[in-house]
Amino acid sequence: MDTTRLIQKSEFEWWLEATPPMGVPGILYASEALLREMDDKVLEQMANVASLPGIVQAVYAMPDAHWGYGFPIGGVAAFREDDGVVSAGGVGFDISCGVRTLHTGLTVEDIAPIKQDLAQGLFRHVPAGVGSIGKIHLEPAEMDTMLQGGAEWAVKQGYGRPEDLERIEEHGRMEGARPELVSLQAKRRQADEMGTLGSGNHYLEVQQVTEVFDTRVAEAFGVAVGDVLVSIHSGSRGLGHQVATDYSRQMVEAAHKYGLELADLELACAPIQSEEGQAYLGAMRAAINCALANRQILTHLAREAFAYLLPRADLRLIYDVSHNTAKLEEHLIEGKPQRLYVHRKGATRAFGPGHPALPEAFRAVGQPVLIGGTMGTASYILVGTPEGEARSLSSSCHGAGRAMSRHQALKQWRGKELVRELGQRGIIVRSPSPRGVAEEAPGAYKDVTAVVDAAHAAGLSRKVARLEPLICIKG
Amino acid sequence: MTTQLGRWEHFHHQADIGVRGIGPTLDKAFEQAALALTAVITDPARVRPIQAVEIECEAPRISLLLVDWLNRLIYEMATRRMIFAQFEVHLSPPDLGGALSLHALAWGEPVDPLRHQPAVEVKGATYSELEVKQDPQGHWVVQCVVDV
Repeated sequence: MDTTRLIQKSEFEWWLEATPPMGVPGILYASEALLREMDDKVLEQMANVASLPGIVQAVYAMPDAHWGYGFPIGGVAAFREDDGVVSAGGVGFDISCGVRTLHTGLTVEDIAPIKQDLAQGLFRHVPAGVGSIGKIHLEPAEMDTMLQGGAEWAVKQGYGRPEDLERIEEHGRMEGARPELVSLQAKRRQADEMGTLGSGNHYLEVQQVTEVFDTRVAEAFGVAVGDVLVSIHSGSRGLGHQVATDYSRQMVEAAHKYGLELADLELACAPIQSEEGQAYLGAMRAAINCALANRQILTHLAREAFAYLLPRADLRLIYDVSHNTAKLEEHLIEGKPQRLYVHRKGATRAFGPGHPALPEAFRAVGQPVLIGGTMGTASYILVGTPEGEARSLSSSCHGAGRAMSRHQALKQWRGKELVRELGQRGIIVRSPSPRGVAEEAPGAYKDVTAVVDAAHAAGLSRKVARLEPLICIKG
Repeated sequence: MTTQLGRWEHFHHQADIGVRGIGPTLDKAFEQAALALTAVITDPARVRPIQAVEIECEAPRISLLLVDWLNRLIYEMATRRMIFAQFEVHLSPPDLGGALSLHALAWGEPVDPLRHQPAVEVKGATYSELEVKQDPQGHWVVQCVVDV
């Protein structure tokens, strides 16, 4: 990225000035090194988003931001409830894609003797990869119940424990879902995909805590050095993808109908208060519930696989966060509370201490922010900060972010060799697709530690613990 | 090299992947874009065209029709758990309401994880880098980014 277009406010804060037609500035949080790696398209997309009606305060880019479609990935933008817009592209294709992390109640020593068996057991038990199907088939009526109920529905079906729900954003169930506004095609795509991991950067990882940066918060989250955790990265599967496809198309026409000037088709949006805007929000919330239910079923499958080999294991959910959402939240704008639709696309909500939406256990310390790694590199647990509200409407980064295209990665790595190399470092990778492994090579991503350090230094969230992979089931 | 049937290619995108079809006619360019889509998932040469699926769609603009075409293929792949390697596309001129329509056959087979080694699911075709144009040689070039 050409940084000469930016004004540097501090070591980790850079501003793109609000020049017409932008209504607000763009604010990027990153080190200079991360900024230089960022695509120039990020700036172009931030300027486009900043020009949409009803936008408030600023368009934000997290340290892992990169070129998306319409909105940058790692982008945050909030719109006023009365005269703002909602954009399917501002949420992304994998609605409510996210991460949940569980504590196994075990230490590295406990799993060392059966690591290979555990990897195989998880790989056999958790459907992963292209075309894989789950054991659950949802008929239309049950599909609608799932889309209303989210993880709460899954727990009622026996896929989890009631106490899981308080450790999930929205307590596992997004209000305001409208399953009747989700197309038949979207529901068909999902009929056999409940409890499947997906492909690409989705994974189930067994990890060890290797470092704790903040003992007080780590204690509140229940993690300590040597603990074994499980992280699941997955989303709303085919249903969410089809909702995004259906409504992106509708929004192209809606934007035209409402006279919204779009710099690009990919910015397609609709006024929040329009029929089209409300329909998308209802369908998107149903897709959020689909993602929450899916991660809940995947959790149940992980618990079953652990119970078979390690009856002592007790997989307790630490927290579940979503990355691709548009949520109605109250934020302080120029000192006054305002209801806003906050788009977080490849960004994590990061409420600071005291926020009423947080579970009791975390209210004093802030929200866990779970940052996914890349199969061969670390993952992190961070915590929301009090200053995050003013800095980024309580938002933080979501992962490493790609640095290299799939095509380039495929030229540079071979899947089988990569699996062998990671094995030599003590990381067991199981995947149905060697090509998928090569495309997802850790080297194709940005340095996750640099991303996390930037989020920490910028005050978006603070580092709590570092996790290293032991076993990775790749989709 | 451009043949009578055209050719396909992928173009750079940091996180996702661009698919491009090039052909002497729009029909052929659309067919090649579909092949480029398959190549995101697997090597098209590994796919046997043994079963046909019929696809019809319409849109007010040719560029939107390209996105709809690719999205229909993504839908058919997802719900039938198939992968396609051969395409026959017929585009029709605008009807009285101004809509362009597409009628196509896509040949392929059910996904076989061992033989196809599919790398990634395509979530959807986007309007990013969406273009339908003729190059100086008169060949049709159609492209967009697909989200993976």
